[in-house]
Amino acid sequence: MEASRFVRVDPTTWSLEPTGAMRVPVVIYADVHLLEDMDDKVIEQAKNVASLPGIVRGSYVMPDGHWGYGFPIGGVAAFDPDLGGVVSAGGVGFDISCGVRTMLTGLSTSDIVRVQRQLADSLFRQIPAGVGSRGAITLDAGEMDEMLTGGAEWAVEHGWGEQGDLDRIEERGRMTGARPDWVSDRAKERQREEMGTLGSGNHYLEVQAVAEIFDPTVAGVFGIAVDDVVVTIHCGSRGLGHQIGTEFLKEMVVTAGESGIVLPDRELACAPINSEVGQRYLGAMRAATNCALANREILGHYARRVFTHFFPNAELPILFDVSHNTCKVETHLVEGKRRELFVHRKGATRAFGPGHQSLPDALRPVGQPVLIGGSMGTGSYILVGDVKSEAQAFSSACHGAGRALSRHAALRQWSGRRIVDELAARGILIRSPSSRGVAEEAPGAYKDVSAVVAVAERAGLARRVARLRPLICIKG
Amino acid sequence: MNVEPPSEPARGARWEHFAHDADIGIRGWGSTPAEAFEQAARALTAAVTQAQVSPQAEVHVSCAAPDLELLFVEWLNAVIYEMAVRRMLFGRFAVEIEQNGLTGTLWGEAVDIARHAPASEPKGATYTALKVAQGPDGIWSAACIVDV
Repeated sequence: MEASRFVRVDPTTWSLEPTGAMRVPVVIYADVHLLEDMDDKVIEQAKNVASLPGIVRGSYVMPDGHWGYGFPIGGVAAFDPDLGGVVSAGGVGFDISCGVRTMLTGLSTSDIVRVQRQLADSLFRQIPAGVGSRGAITLDAGEMDEMLTGGAEWAVEHGWGEQGDLDRIEERGRMTGARPDWVSDRAKERQREEMGTLGSGNHYLEVQAVAEIFDPTVAGVFGIAVDDVVVTIHCGSRGLGHQIGTEFLKEMVVTAGESGIVLPDRELACAPINSEVGQRYLGAMRAATNCALANREILGHYARRVFTHFFPNAELPILFDVSHNTCKVETHLVEGKRRELFVHRKGATRAFGPGHQSLPDALRPVGQPVLIGGSMGTGSYILVGDVKSEAQAFSSACHGAGRALSRHAALRQWSGRRIVDELAARGILIRSPSSRGVAEEAPGAYKDVSAVVAVAERAGLARRVARLRPLICIKG
Repeated sequence: MNVEPPSEPARGARWEHFAHDADIGIRGWGSTPAEAFEQAARALTAAVTQAQVSPQAEVHVSCAAPDLELLFVEWLNAVIYEMAVRRMLFGRFAVEIEQNGLTGTLWGEAVDIARHAPASEPKGATYTALKVAQGPDGIWSAACIVDV
């Protein structure tokens, strides 16, 4: 899109004042290059979000913003229930509470290189990935409801994880306010054999080496140094979340009109927070959040089991586990007053700064780890929440590199086999059931993650702590 | 009731994928809305696998919606649901539309990871780029973005 359409507030902040049905400005955090690379549909979607009832302060787009459905990917918007604010199933998306966790291994790159091929093969065998894969866990109706209430805490109680993990997971591993009774039988059926599965698309499990440290003090608190090895898992609430998203989108499209809400795009289907449908969605969405937290906890347990086979003393404690498709109730300072808001992050990561009360004691002095997935070939980043971030976009940051090319275009340009061979020659082992899936996720199909996080830092959203380079990638 | 899978689609029936930044667009064409829906479902399967899908088993679905576009999304989500819970892929489809309701038959087989090499997993059909319309040539098209 053309930068000339915006008011340039500073080199990384671009604003579009309200016109037409917009209630608040659109604010995009990007440098001029990232902004001009964004599709025009990003601004259309951000303007649509700006027109929703009860939106507070702005409709924000992170530096990795791209064309999504309803909300742009990289969209952040907060709503005030007392001002008719809404909760939007489209604003959370189908993969409810999709997120990232990073675990420390206490190993160095040379430890991994010695067994890299065997470790990659073993992880690929042990982590169910891709369409048609089966999890080892089948839940009956009672267990399903317990999981949807208990989240990662439930997983730990069943032996899939450690008690100490919970401190390092958002919501302490268990989202309160979950209502399994508001989750449909179809959604539960879709999840019955899905626990402990990775999924496909851009979901992955990676073994990564710390390639660069930007902030040694914070890195010390996080427990990472150059050449350390970490394990990062990216996945969400699997079929259960997808089905809840599907069903509530349909319902909210119909009920929005009954509530007098004019939807500029049906995908923005939403309901007043203080309505029966809105409350029912929140209860179901929170249950799906617990499903995602439990799923990542189980996958983390599987990763530990494989690592322990190769490295008997490895423990793999969690650095942090944070979601990037969510609607969370948070208190934020708006025009000098603390207000309780429903913050939607669609492909955007919560990024609480130092001192935030929700952070565990060990992290509170420095801020929340913000985990940013890049692409298979280029690497990922660990950032830390910045004190300035609350004023910028309700303590939010980017969530990844953002796609530069569609899957369609990527398939025309790359062969999966060739990418696997080229990356292997660079010391990166890819394991995936689908060569085509690898081509769709080709490193070249993504924007430069380094440019995205550099802008996130300059914009005051989050600060860089470490860059990670991939050693092994298990893709669905 | 066993219905034989349709052998070959009628003339003018075809499908395509179209580009979206993060996900994938699917579009089907046909001489009727029902045929366009069938073709779009083929596009949905083709987003997962390029391999042949053998019609070894049939599954029946039904859904309803207040208008044809919402019905199209319901249809795709019904197919996605059956793919997910049965761990199947479907290669042939027969759709009948009456007023605001739809009945469909899907023919397919269990996912064979080695043979189908499934790429992406459809999560849900969206209302984005959603359009069901008849062109000036009388051919119907049905399209939307699918989250994968």
